[in-house]
Amino acid sequence: MNEFVETLLDLTWHQPKKSYDVVIIGAGGHGLATAWNLAVKHGITNVAVLEASYIGSGNSGRNTTIIRANYGIPESVRFYQRSVDLYRSLEDETGCSIIHSTKGLLWLAHTESGMRAERARALMNQACGAETVMITPEEAQELCPQLDLTGGGRYPVLGASYHPGGATARHDRVVWAYAQGAMRLGVHVIPHTPVTGLLRDGARVVGVQTHAGPISAGVVLSAVGGRVTTVAAMADLRLPIRTHPLQALVTNAYAQGFGPIVASSELLCYVSQTGRGQMLMGAEFDSQPSYSMASSYEFLQTVSTKVTHLLPFLRDLRILRQWAGICDISPDYSPIMGFTGIDGLLITTGWGTWGFKAIPAGGEAMAELIATGKVPQLIASFGLWRFAADHAMADQGSAGTR
Amino acid sequence: MLWITCPTCGERPVNEFRFGGELPHVPDRITDPEQRNLDWVWMQDNVDGLTTERWFHAAGCRRWLTLRRNTSTDRVVG
Repeated sequence: MNEFVETLLDLTWHQPKKSYDVVIIGAGGHGLATAWNLAVKHGITNVAVLEASYIGSGNSGRNTTIIRANYGIPESVRFYQRSVDLYRSLEDETGCSIIHSTKGLLWLAHTESGMRAERARALMNQACGAETVMITPEEAQELCPQLDLTGGGRYPVLGASYHPGGATARHDRVVWAYAQGAMRLGVHVIPHTPVTGLLRDGARVVGVQTHAGPISAGVVLSAVGGRVTTVAAMADLRLPIRTHPLQALVTNAYAQGFGPIVASSELLCYVSQTGRGQMLMGAEFDSQPSYSMASSYEFLQTVSTKVTHLLPFLRDLRILRQWAGICDISPDYSPIMGFTGIDGLLITTGWGTWGFKAIPAGGEAMAELIATGKVPQLIASFGLWRFAADHAMADQGSAGTR
Repeated sequence: MLWITCPTCGERPVNEFRFGGELPHVPDRITDPEQRNLDWVWMQDNVDGLTTERWFHAAGCRRWLTLRRNTSTDRVVG
């Protein structure tokens, strides 16, 4: 974040105190949304959010800003639909503009098996409270006139599922909105303070160690993206997480409006237009785990090949920028939220490539868990316990990236 | 891009290979057999640094190989 941006925001930076009721590691969307919900909905304001770099410097500021709820299993659909609803009212609730825009999402199918998967997804969504309908190629073209229905001759559009609730929001503004809201109520957000260890009292986690000294806490929540394995290892906690890089790119501005978000689960790519008119797109995450945020030429090649099959006008644009983030991929492509089996340590992770859309609902649920000590029904299935209980929440097809 | 030296085919680009996961490693401090099984099946070292892992040369000789890679830089180290 630069100094100009800081002058626009009502942010008050604090020096860390010796002790807090709640310490949250990671001032990204999930950490700050949890702090905001604790302060606003539960009156818990003796909270610190520690960040190794600047706020929103991790995946909260690197994602492709898509908000949707068209998932493939009931628990996920309900959870993400809650998030879609909360995003709609976030500007009113926080008083900050997040440039939220409901655009609708087209999920294209190019084969018969793809059509079956989309039909199943639409029915599942309707049954669980998210609006998704099957549409014909002609209807898809009406929604997105730039679409080449022959898919460059190679990937013909046989139909699509349409999710009218699909939206985008400016990602760093979401982070700032929560930070500002939480700070106004007395929450301490402390950037440039990496956590170097966890304080233990027997088996219990009782605080965090930082270069600014130890900070004791009633509860420690890890809301870390990317390096969660490092934080968990401080408590000898083992996680089923692999860290994979995911890349994205934007082009220069496209002079015309580009209505919906367009995705294809068979081609594994997604395209939307930013508020500045730039075309924003991404594809699969890198196959091998890595902590390297290096950009690759191969990514540009792969994603360009895919998207120009469906949207030939993209050939005339230039790639301005590409970047990468490192994502915590869980084995079943669903998040891991709640208790860890270690007293005093909670976790919200496994946000892989689908964490941005979950920020409001994830923060709300984690705050309720911290305030009440009980796991909210909405996230009951997403605990770390599920792997031992053989209850994996497999939803790979909905991740949209692999 | 990551390049991998296959013992049969020589140096080939990563997209010819399928990642087969890190070599499972259960810490000695876990002694309960049930917990060891759980760890073996699900848990990952996921280290930020040197790791030993399995790869399958799917678009080549279709054999498995083991290599050392630095996940901080995404480079094979031998």
